[in-house]
Amino acid sequence: MEVSLAHYLFVAAALFTIGVFGIFVNRKNVIIILMSIELVLLSVNVNLVAFSAYLQNLEGQIFAMLVLTVAAAEAAVGLAILVTYFRNRGNIAVEDINQMRG
Amino acid sequence: MSAMSDLSTSIPLAYPELLLAGFALAAAIVGAWMRDSAFTALSLLGVAAVAGAGVLALYGPFAPVEIFQGAMVVDGVAVFAKALIGFSGAATLALGWDHFAKVGDRRFEYPVLIALAVLGMFVMVSAQDLISLYVGVELQSLAAYVLAAWRRDDATSSEAGLKYFVLSAISSGLLLFGSSFVYGFTGSIRFDAIAAAVGEGGGGIGLVFGLVLMLCALGFKMSAAPFHMWTPDVYEGAPTPVTAFFAAAPKVAAIALMTRVLYEPFAGMQDQWRQVVMALAAISMVWGSVAALLQTNLKRLMAYSSIGNIGFALMGVAAGGDAGAAAALIYMTLYLPANIGIFALILAMRRDGAPAETVADLAGLAQKRPWMASLFTMLLFSIAGIPPFAGFIGKLVVFATAVEAGLYWIAVLGAVAAVVSAAYYLRLIASIWFAQPAPALQAPSGAIMLTAAASAALTFPVLVLLLGAIQGWAETAVRMSF
Repeated sequence: MEVSLAHYLFVAAALFTIGVFGIFVNRKNVIIILMSIELVLLSVNVNLVAFSAYLQNLEGQIFAMLVLTVAAAEAAVGLAILVTYFRNRGNIAVEDINQMRG
Repeated sequence: MSAMSDLSTSIPLAYPELLLAGFALAAAIVGAWMRDSAFTALSLLGVAAVAGAGVLALYGPFAPVEIFQGAMVVDGVAVFAKALIGFSGAATLALGWDHFAKVGDRRFEYPVLIALAVLGMFVMVSAQDLISLYVGVELQSLAAYVLAAWRRDDATSSEAGLKYFVLSAISSGLLLFGSSFVYGFTGSIRFDAIAAAVGEGGGGIGLVFGLVLMLCALGFKMSAAPFHMWTPDVYEGAPTPVTAFFAAAPKVAAIALMTRVLYEPFAGMQDQWRQVVMALAAISMVWGSVAALLQTNLKRLMAYSSIGNIGFALMGVAAGGDAGAAAALIYMTLYLPANIGIFALILAMRRDGAPAETVADLAGLAQKRPWMASLFTMLLFSIAGIPPFAGFIGKLVVFATAVEAGLYWIAVLGAVAAVVSAAYYLRLIASIWFAQPAPALQAPSGAIMLTAAASAALTFPVLVLLLGAIQGWAETAVRMSF
């Protein structure tokens, strides 16, 4: 069976959906939210590289490199904020992030 | 164009961005060396650098000039938005310096982070391809997450930072997923090539999908309802100077960026995006005014007020054409001073060294602090859109543009929302002047009163007198850009 563009897009869409569900459905642990965010960003990379190969155009791969870099910075900032939060509250359960309404 | 000659034309046009980047990097090194004793010097230099970048931006051309091989562009809309962002960023940085120096929280990272966030916004409003768009948005957001969690020993501040981070990261994911579809179905990340592909009718449903995802993400960044869930919590939890910053410059950047995305690459799909933008505008205006009625914390109230105001600006964007984009820019120009002034006064609301930021703390302010009460009243009149203040003229401009574009129902809805929102602003004013006085607030500092007085003077009469000039300037900027 030939692996076509549609297959890659389907995998990326599935990863993206799993990532988004992981953020909203999970009520346990903020670390899982960080992992889901990474999953969302990586699904975008699958998309970009698949399109880039399909279109025979390098722009998508350059974009994917930048997404990787920014994802690393984002994870660093996210973990730093999580550490300050843990120091103040003593746990990182999602259900307890409710000191303010909303 | 050869790489060398491209650089030699690009660098002078990128002076504002280079100034900000240079300041941020140098300040980070100086701060690492001198620790927090550098706070005052770096803050003052930061105010100069951010305002200076706004002034330098004003020297840019109105006719579009592509820089860095087409990654960014300098044009009228970029110049207009950068000037607004630079001046409002500098004003809020000065407020933050005054506040943090007074409460003894002198950490040198504050001016560095503000400068980086402003740099991100400058890149956003100049973006000419999907990569610069994404990098600009992320630079602004990453600095903003850290600013929201600024008081790291305070549970609400770190909760605000965490919520902002998680929800904003989802929106970045949506933005990227949408961008990847736009790239895939048009074959390029460059706005001009996307516009050409859209003009030929290429792309189809995949392109519409990508555009809608990008619009949702941008709506999230500007806190348009129904993507506003983070706004009240972040505004309440973040330190007040940071909230003042969030409520001013990033809104202008997001509106300018959305205008550019819709009017440049997606100009040929106006029928599709207009529906989405009108829905965002309508829900924001209604929810912003209704939900604010129930708030007791002034910062949460201002969060809903900013959601509603973004709705009015989006109504201008939805109107389409040069007039619509110009109306959105004019609305933001007239809205900013009142917003910054109100946050300056909320910053001044302290009692016995602790913040007193609820509606009840305003009661009877006029008897104890008549000057503060008068300024508060003027600024609230402006933001409520009561003539002859600047806020009224801003609303008038967007309503007129929407009616001219034939969007009658949204103009009517906007008028109703404006009346409902006037109710809660007037409730505050009534409480300030006529309620039983609450215990007296501390005397506000000179810097805060100066900022508030300058903002009040801008809302009436300065901006009203300059209205013709601002309108002409915005219309020329938009006409020459798109």
